[in-house]
Amino acid sequence: MYEFNYKTPATVSEAADMLGASDDGQLLAGGHTLLPTMKQRLAAPSDLIDLSGVSELRGITVDGDSITVGAMTTHAEVAGSQDVQSAIPALADLAERIGDPQVRNRGTIGGSIANNDPAADYPAALVGLGAAVNTNQRSVSADDFFVDMFETALNEGEIVTSVTFPAPRRAAYCKFPNPASRYAIVGVFVSQGSDGVRVAVTGAGGSVFRVSEMESALSDSFSPSSVENVTISDEGLNSDIHASAEYRAHLVTVMAKRAVAQISG
Amino acid sequence: MSNNGIGVAVRRKEDYRFVRGAGTYTDDIRHVGEAFAHILRSQHAHAKVVSIDTEAAAACDGVVAVYTSADMASVGGIPCGWQVTGKDGNPMNEPKHPVLAEGKVRHVGDPVAVVVAESQAQARDASEVIDVEYELLDAVVDMSAAISNGSATVHDDVGTNLCFDWALGDKEAVDAAFEQAHHVAKLSLVNNRLIPNAIEPRCAIGEYDQGTGNYTLHTTSQNPHVIRLLMGAFVLGLPEHKLRVHAPDVGGGFGSKIFNYAEEIIVTWCAGQLNRPVKWISDRSEAFMSDAHGRDHVTNVELALDENGKFLALREHTLANMGAYLSTFAPCVPTYLHGTLLAGQYATPVIFCEVKAVFTNTVPVDAYRGAGRPEATYLLERIVQVAADDMGIDAAEIRRRNFIQPDQFPYQTPVALIYDTGNYEASLDKALETADYAGFEDRKQESASAGKLRGIGIASYIEACGIAPSNVVGSLGARAGLYEAATIRVNPTGSVSVLTGSHSHGQGHETTFAQVVSEKLGIDFDSIDIVHGDTNKIPFGMGTYGSRSIAVGGAAIVKAIDKIVAKGKKIAAHLLETSESDIEFENGQFVVPGTDKAKAFGEIALTAYVPHQYPLEDLEPGLEETAFYDPKNFTFPAGTYVCEVEVDPETGVVDIQNFHATDDFGVVINPMIVEGQVHGGLVQGIGQAMLEGCSYDENGQLLSGSYMDYTMPRATDVPSFSVDTTVTVCEHNPLGVKGCGEAGAIGSPPALINAILNALSDVGVSHLDMPATPQRVWQAIRDAQAS
Repeated sequence: MYEFNYKTPATVSEAADMLGASDDGQLLAGGHTLLPTMKQRLAAPSDLIDLSGVSELRGITVDGDSITVGAMTTHAEVAGSQDVQSAIPALADLAERIGDPQVRNRGTIGGSIANNDPAADYPAALVGLGAAVNTNQRSVSADDFFVDMFETALNEGEIVTSVTFPAPRRAAYCKFPNPASRYAIVGVFVSQGSDGVRVAVTGAGGSVFRVSEMESALSDSFSPSSVENVTISDEGLNSDIHASAEYRAHLVTVMAKRAVAQISG
Repeated sequence: MSNNGIGVAVRRKEDYRFVRGAGTYTDDIRHVGEAFAHILRSQHAHAKVVSIDTEAAAACDGVVAVYTSADMASVGGIPCGWQVTGKDGNPMNEPKHPVLAEGKVRHVGDPVAVVVAESQAQARDASEVIDVEYELLDAVVDMSAAISNGSATVHDDVGTNLCFDWALGDKEAVDAAFEQAHHVAKLSLVNNRLIPNAIEPRCAIGEYDQGTGNYTLHTTSQNPHVIRLLMGAFVLGLPEHKLRVHAPDVGGGFGSKIFNYAEEIIVTWCAGQLNRPVKWISDRSEAFMSDAHGRDHVTNVELALDENGKFLALREHTLANMGAYLSTFAPCVPTYLHGTLLAGQYATPVIFCEVKAVFTNTVPVDAYRGAGRPEATYLLERIVQVAADDMGIDAAEIRRRNFIQPDQFPYQTPVALIYDTGNYEASLDKALETADYAGFEDRKQESASAGKLRGIGIASYIEACGIAPSNVVGSLGARAGLYEAATIRVNPTGSVSVLTGSHSHGQGHETTFAQVVSEKLGIDFDSIDIVHGDTNKIPFGMGTYGSRSIAVGGAAIVKAIDKIVAKGKKIAAHLLETSESDIEFENGQFVVPGTDKAKAFGEIALTAYVPHQYPLEDLEPGLEETAFYDPKNFTFPAGTYVCEVEVDPETGVVDIQNFHATDDFGVVINPMIVEGQVHGGLVQGIGQAMLEGCSYDENGQLLSGSYMDYTMPRATDVPSFSVDTTVTVCEHNPLGVKGCGEAGAIGSPPALINAILNALSDVGVSHLDMPATPQRVWQAIRDAQAS
């Protein structure tokens, strides 16, 4: 790790000022990607602006049919929240299966989505539920937020403050974990809500994506058999020593089918 | 006195310090004035080193010194401890293994330069401004390509990538038997390369005392005396009396901490140059590319059978990867620890084995839990299964038909070993019964109704522990003896310090050895201390590997105890005014049977050190004895493992439903520790079979260089094991023990792969290489469906 300036803002606007004033500053949330990268000397930010003291970024609030999760809320807090468990149990379940207890107690939803790791779990939930990402500048729909591998719609200096999830009628997340890292090789989030059916896939491609063919098939008939014969092309999918693009494409169908079965069952 | 003797599941003494974080590992040792070494490593698999410019690094903050191989001209290469002779009668090719790269780098991670600085961070910072100019060369990665014409050579002075071409067995007799065979089963397989990953990364601290000229090396080693000999005599030219090697608490080794590593030499040499303690500690990423790897064989094997499924002959050809350099015991792993095990539990009349060892631009490969024996067991238990499937014979039945029978012991195999004892059918029967082999079909139906494929697999393994005797291994190329030493120091008040040349790095010697001493001397377990890991305290030692600690180290302790008892009898005879031959030692008392005359062990100890009433003219005072024990033979643990799996055909995920192990370890000293050893071994074997795959790309870059990509087994990957034992007593060591450290890792991979392939036989899959990851299993199913 190289030397850096360590900053501890108390508010979002203070954090934004610090970020703006730094040479090459980085926001620090749970640090699960940034700190190991710095330890490996692959990242060398001039300033680390630690958001852990920004209390307005924490916590879970319920507003009618939607739930808003503060950006610095940990995975363990989401998993353990009674509000989340009753409104969107699939979201609590997803958070409960991220990483291991250490990760879940440090890692945050804001950090995860701002990083947009192609194998992270949360992007599937956001897109799969049609969530909105709230920042210190605006609100962006999840469909527009995730752009590409490690790339989001966030502008320079823009800070994620919370995520608002509309509660679906029903939803489920099925994940096929990487045997080594336990990140998603393929994770499929399926929901059925007032705006229809959403099928969001993480792990398989450069960034989370929806499978419209599955969505329309499920809109016609919400059952596992509607998706089990919907295959997706392996073109452009990720390929590594754990899973070829072909295997990932196959797993998208299997995980989608299982998510639907879980919802229907 | 509580009974903490042989056969009791005593809780581990050492855990009081380990579970409280009170252990002393090498990194816990701090010295005033210590400096820190950072090793600059090659990021290329194969390149010429055109130039190294260290000027900018030397000028960095806190830098004490920067060294390259040019500075270490007086330092020798890292020695290899075993010379294999090829079938042409010539010794193996043994290229120099320089401490720091000389002119060329030969694997990713090869040490190029060392920076010593006031802090670890400063040393690392400075290493980044060392300017190395490389000229890239083609990387040699694939073994077959490596020994084909036109391949680049890892060692230009050798001129070939073939290290040796070795053979064992009667080729003509084997070929003739194949001619006569009713059936020949054939199999090509890969024994996958593994990366050891002990929980404690390697660490080394060099110290130099200017006043005496004495050096000390604190290091994460399984065998400090071996390091003192290899590094002192062969590399640094330091005689033993000027060099202390200290291996304190060590957090796991699995073989990877047997070897003499460059970093041990570097810190010791730097300490002398700088007259300061110098510490190096590996980080995990460094460990992946600098700790010796394990396994990595590519094998063709054939088994000839008669019409009744009796084995007539076995023929094996293997390419064994040595990596870029010969690590300390690398050459003996695919030869004398592999070819000699090919009889397994079977009375196969003739066997021929041919092994070509190959240099590649990869991390050196050496002994890793089981070392050669897992490779032998895997190919044997796989080809036996293939033969059973080919001929339609039940997996248990084909083994039963071919077992060496109890009345055949001692049994001379066609591959040099003489098995002393065993009862293979007893282990098989017990395993099959406990695993409910007979009830498998019902369970298979249940799985099928849930859309799952169920399979059952058997492996009947043998292993050879406590490699021995010294004169024989010497004739096979070992450059060391393979005895063990022990000193029993009875203190004046009757407590006992045991100085053992075995080294404990997780095995629990402090408990097991104390149980042996408690039993033999009839003294309290808590008044016995086991001392190990320091060449300045222990007379000598060959260390711990190859499951040798109890069979060889324990036997040395018993021999030393025998000397203590013999001397105690002389002292007792004097005190009791009787003849030495009238004295017997039982339950901690020297007694004259048939009388009430008795002296407690403690009284004898005190008398030995306060010799007022003592036969001083005939007997020296004191009560301390040392013994060296050189085993007459290997020991031969054996057993049968039964594994049952369920495969999800949609995803390729394998779920181990049951795993049962029946082992024959001879006499068991501490059943709890033995069970723990079996559990650990099974997890490592399952790791190899299902999870762990070291992977290099065609440029020699390590793709599985961290836990993000290298799958270490987790608790959720394995079932709750069922383990038990059968016993045939080893007849040639005084404890009747065989050793249990490696068995689990040897027997489990073929049991698991046999089970998976049994499950997949319904969908037409007949072969899979390890690790059987979900992707591989899915791909195999898909390929079978396509064809």
